[in-house]
Amino acid sequence: MATVETNAASSAVHVEEHDHHEELSFLRKYVFSEDHKTIAKQYMFSGIFWAIIGASLSVLFRLQLGFPNMTLEWLRPILGGWIDESGKLDKEFYLAMVTMHGTIMVFFVLTAGLSGTFSNFLIPLQVGARDMASGFLNMLSYWFFFISSVLMFSSLFIETGPASGGWVIYPPLSALPQAMSGSGLGMTLWLMSMAIFIVSQLLGGINYITTVINLRTRGMSFSKMPLTIWAFLLTAILGLISFPVLLSAALLLIFDRSMGTSFYLSEIYIGGEALPNIGGSPILFQHLFWFLGHPEVYIVLLPALGITSEIIATNSRKPIFGYRAMIASMIGIAFLAFIVWAHHMFVTGMNPFLGSIFMFLTLIIAVPSAVKAFNYITTLWRGNIVFTPAMLFSIGLVSFFISGGLTGIILGNSALDIQLHDTYFVVAHFHLVMGAASAFGFLAGVYHWFPKFFGRMMNSTLGHIHFWLTFVGIYLVFFPMHYIGIAGFPRRYYSFTTYEAFRTFGDLNMFVSIAAIFTFTAQFIFLFNFFYSIFKGRKASLNPWRSNTLEWTTPLHPGHGNWPGEIPPVYRWAYDYSKPGATDDFIPQNVPYSQTPESNLPHENALIAIEKEIEAQNYNDQFKQPH
Amino acid sequence: MVYIVGLLSLVFLVLAILVLTRLTSVLKGVNTDATTEESIGSSVNNRINGFLFLAFFVVGLIAAGWSFIHASQFFLPEASSPHGRHTDSLFWLTMTIITIAFVVTNALLFYFAFKYQYRKNHRATYYPENHKLELIWTVIPAIVMALLVFTGWRAWRDITKEAPENALAIEIVGKQFNWEMRYPGVDNDKLGNYNYKLIDAANSLGIDLEDETSFDDVTVSSEMHIPVNRPVLLKIRAKDVLHSVFIPHMRVKMDAVPGMPTRFWFIADKTTEQMRNETGNQNFKYEIACTEVCGQGHFSMRTTLVVEDEDAYNKWMAEQKPWLTKNPDYLARVPEKLKAKAAKYIPATPAETPADSTAAPAEGAGATTSASLR
Ligand code: HEM
Ligand SMILES: [Cu+2]
Ligand SMILES: [Cu+2]
Repeated sequence: MATVETNAASSAVHVEEHDHHEELSFLRKYVFSEDHKTIAKQYMFSGIFWAIIGASLSVLFRLQLGFPNMTLEWLRPILGGWIDESGKLDKEFYLAMVTMHGTIMVFFVLTAGLSGTFSNFLIPLQVGARDMASGFLNMLSYWFFFISSVLMFSSLFIETGPASGGWVIYPPLSALPQAMSGSGLGMTLWLMSMAIFIVSQLLGGINYITTVINLRTRGMSFSKMPLTIWAFLLTAILGLISFPVLLSAALLLIFDRSMGTSFYLSEIYIGGEALPNIGGSPILFQHLFWFLGHPEVYIVLLPALGITSEIIATNSRKPIFGYRAMIASMIGIAFLAFIVWAHHMFVTGMNPFLGSIFMFLTLIIAVPSAVKAFNYITTLWRGNIVFTPAMLFSIGLVSFFISGGLTGIILGNSALDIQLHDTYFVVAHFHLVMGAASAFGFLAGVYHWFPKFFGRMMNSTLGHIHFWLTFVGIYLVFFPMHYIGIAGFPRRYYSFTTYEAFRTFGDLNMFVSIAAIFTFTAQFIFLFNFFYSIFKGRKASLNPWRSNTLEWTTPLHPGHGNWPGEIPPVYRWAYDYSKPGATDDFIPQNVPYSQTPESNLPHENALIAIEKEIEAQNYNDQFKQPH
Repeated sequence: MVYIVGLLSLVFLVLAILVLTRLTSVLKGVNTDATTEESIGSSVNNRINGFLFLAFFVVGLIAAGWSFIHASQFFLPEASSPHGRHTDSLFWLTMTIITIAFVVTNALLFYFAFKYQYRKNHRATYYPENHKLELIWTVIPAIVMALLVFTGWRAWRDITKEAPENALAIEIVGKQFNWEMRYPGVDNDKLGNYNYKLIDAANSLGIDLEDETSFDDVTVSSEMHIPVNRPVLLKIRAKDVLHSVFIPHMRVKMDAVPGMPTRFWFIADKTTEQMRNETGNQNFKYEIACTEVCGQGHFSMRTTLVVEDEDAYNKWMAEQKPWLTKNPDYLARVPEKLKAKAAKYIPATPAETPADSTAAPAEGAGATTSASLR
């Protein structure tokens, strides 16, 4: 076990007092910590850091798109040579920024930042475990992520520029330094960084899965688990199956780049010479990439949906509607996510028959997605809704999820995708359904669990303002983007002046850019609120949202092991809100049915008999294991 | 257009002001009962947010509808190909369905948020499930999806089936950063073989002169000409990295993949001239774009497409000189037994060769032909 040295003392003492372990050095406690709560915070701060970088990049290229004639001379102090003599953004640098924006947002913010923060923080706290199954692997996972971050960040500063072929890094463009300068050292760093990133994801994922399966507290059966945990579990499984495929895709690309193999290269004439490579296929890379890529979008979204389920139920003061249907649709989505990847490749020359199959499977996936949306809405129906900032962001998330998901129905139709593929319509689609929705999941989670993270409250008024400005801003950015897409504007274009067909909409592009800058600015309200509240926020009460899940039964500042003394057993599901007959409008999971005779449903009275059994269960309290 | 910007900015402003004015009252509220449990949510707070959701929905819907109407003038005009008109109609059909779903679900979401906001001494309804309801809203989307899949699949099948026998095959080759076209020529209807190893400055498409059908092939790089109402089969190739042929008005898009030729066939049924009259824009041109990122010039890989009636097309075609005619030096590459056949394409006197055909090493045949077209 990884907690060896902290548990060297006899287990009897553990139950009483854990503080005597805290002779950990500063380094072990805050830097190379094995405590899931510290690691979660490390992920959270890293995620926020990356989000600032990623968003700043988007503002830069929105400047170019919205104001193609503006001179960006004033950015020379920051960007140096990337501003050309005429005061314009360098064309390859534009592509580099788009690429880095996508990479950073998808992988570093919404995969590592979101899952890393909340899976780490909530899994042990909500299933009732002392820590992750392996604290050591968990620490490794973060530090691999850190190394990967350093590599990716450093690639922003090299002379030839960072990777520039789009976040999907399709070869041969990404394989041939002759094709663009970003495909040189920048691409090498990208591939190294991502390889290490994948290692980090796998270490994290194995840990999440093991913890959920093995370390649930007494009585916490799968059918009583909060939906957050279900979401994190399925996310981890998705990642565990799909990330290795990206790793192999990246490895083969590395071979092609530096060892002269021809996995992806064939019949290429570039830079005045015919390359010797024969027989490879760029399409192979796309299959491998999207085999990860599509599950990846759910890896990003599912945790956000899990967080939302929890927050919407708590703040509607109502059980989540269709708990089982929610689990079933998440499992359905997770399964289908593996067999729809080629909908990103309808017009790559893939066999049209395959296209038909993938269209069919893709449109099936819309059904469980729709069920989830309906369930959220019905949860609000006849609720008693408290608009905490977290709740506002969750409602916003549902709206984005619906609006963006619906356009997926158009894109999933291969006949319609011919015209829309690689246009701004796709950009609008996935930013709403994945980008904005998951970002709102992250923000909702931060607002909701801030009291558990830091023992203090964030200012809710600032939270409300932050929500409204962001919510309106995001719709203003991405709703008009559909129009630009319907007019056929291709994505990853440096400027639209070359074509007559795409010369319209100059004003709209300007409007979108202004809205983007506005939305970006509004995030500083959050940053201020966040950092201010860590130090100066109002002291939180133990269960500020009057919620049912186990994390709110821990002390205000949970120490190592989370609960002093025994881990509470669990008797009921997490959604007993506003139960008829109950005194309070919530009954936490650790309250036995024998204590709530006034509100028990008939079948629940029968469960009183097995309470003793639950309490007597042998369970995996890591503090009670022989080490 | 200016109106859209104006209106949307107005929406923006109104909402911002709304938030700010409400904020002051909230701040007052916070000052007075800063000690009460925030989790209960002050009633002022709830009323504001509930109201804002409703306001957002109403204002947002108006703005969406209004901006859509004004933006639609910039959407691409009706497709100039039969399959394009078909997919357009499917697009708008699907769009109608999802717009209904969009409005209804968002309306419920925001209305419920407004309607069921927190009231003291009130209990939410304990309503954990309803199997019938769940069944209904699983089955209805499933049926709608089935319908859409079926119509979409039929369109897709028709679009991707083999090109008709009489289709005019044109090769279009993407490279950083322009397109080059090759026509089968007037003497036989076949495009000759190619091999990327044969590519050099003049032979930029790697035309294989060991294949006699290549002798009359014509290469062009400034614009693509096609006849109206006749199936055209694009044989798509890439020389260096991925590209993607996109002809917006024809609703045509297909990637160009190095090492793996792809194809797309379509029928253009409106000439450039007709479109000029229809759109009232005398400078109208069909355009070909690239939609797969390919490097710094990706955004400017523009080529124009001229759709003309059969006579005009034939006349244009007759004016084009075969590639071999413009590059007589390559006669040396023709195998001995075919030399006699190839000789027919070699100009009688070397002087007739356009001077620039040999003097354009960098751009190769492409630039040559475009120069000689003018
Ligand atoms: C109703 C369900 C959905 C359907 C039918 C659907 C369908 C599609 C299709 C067909 C594409 C490819 C479009 C193209 O490139 O031409 C696409 C792109 C994309 N979708 Fe979805 N989608 C759905 C939901 C989602 C969700 C839930 C997410 C994320 C959480 C998502 C994220 C993305 C992303 C990131 C891309 C673009 C990737 C890229 O090209 O860079 N989609 N979607
Ligand atoms: Cu996908
Ligand atoms: Cu391109």
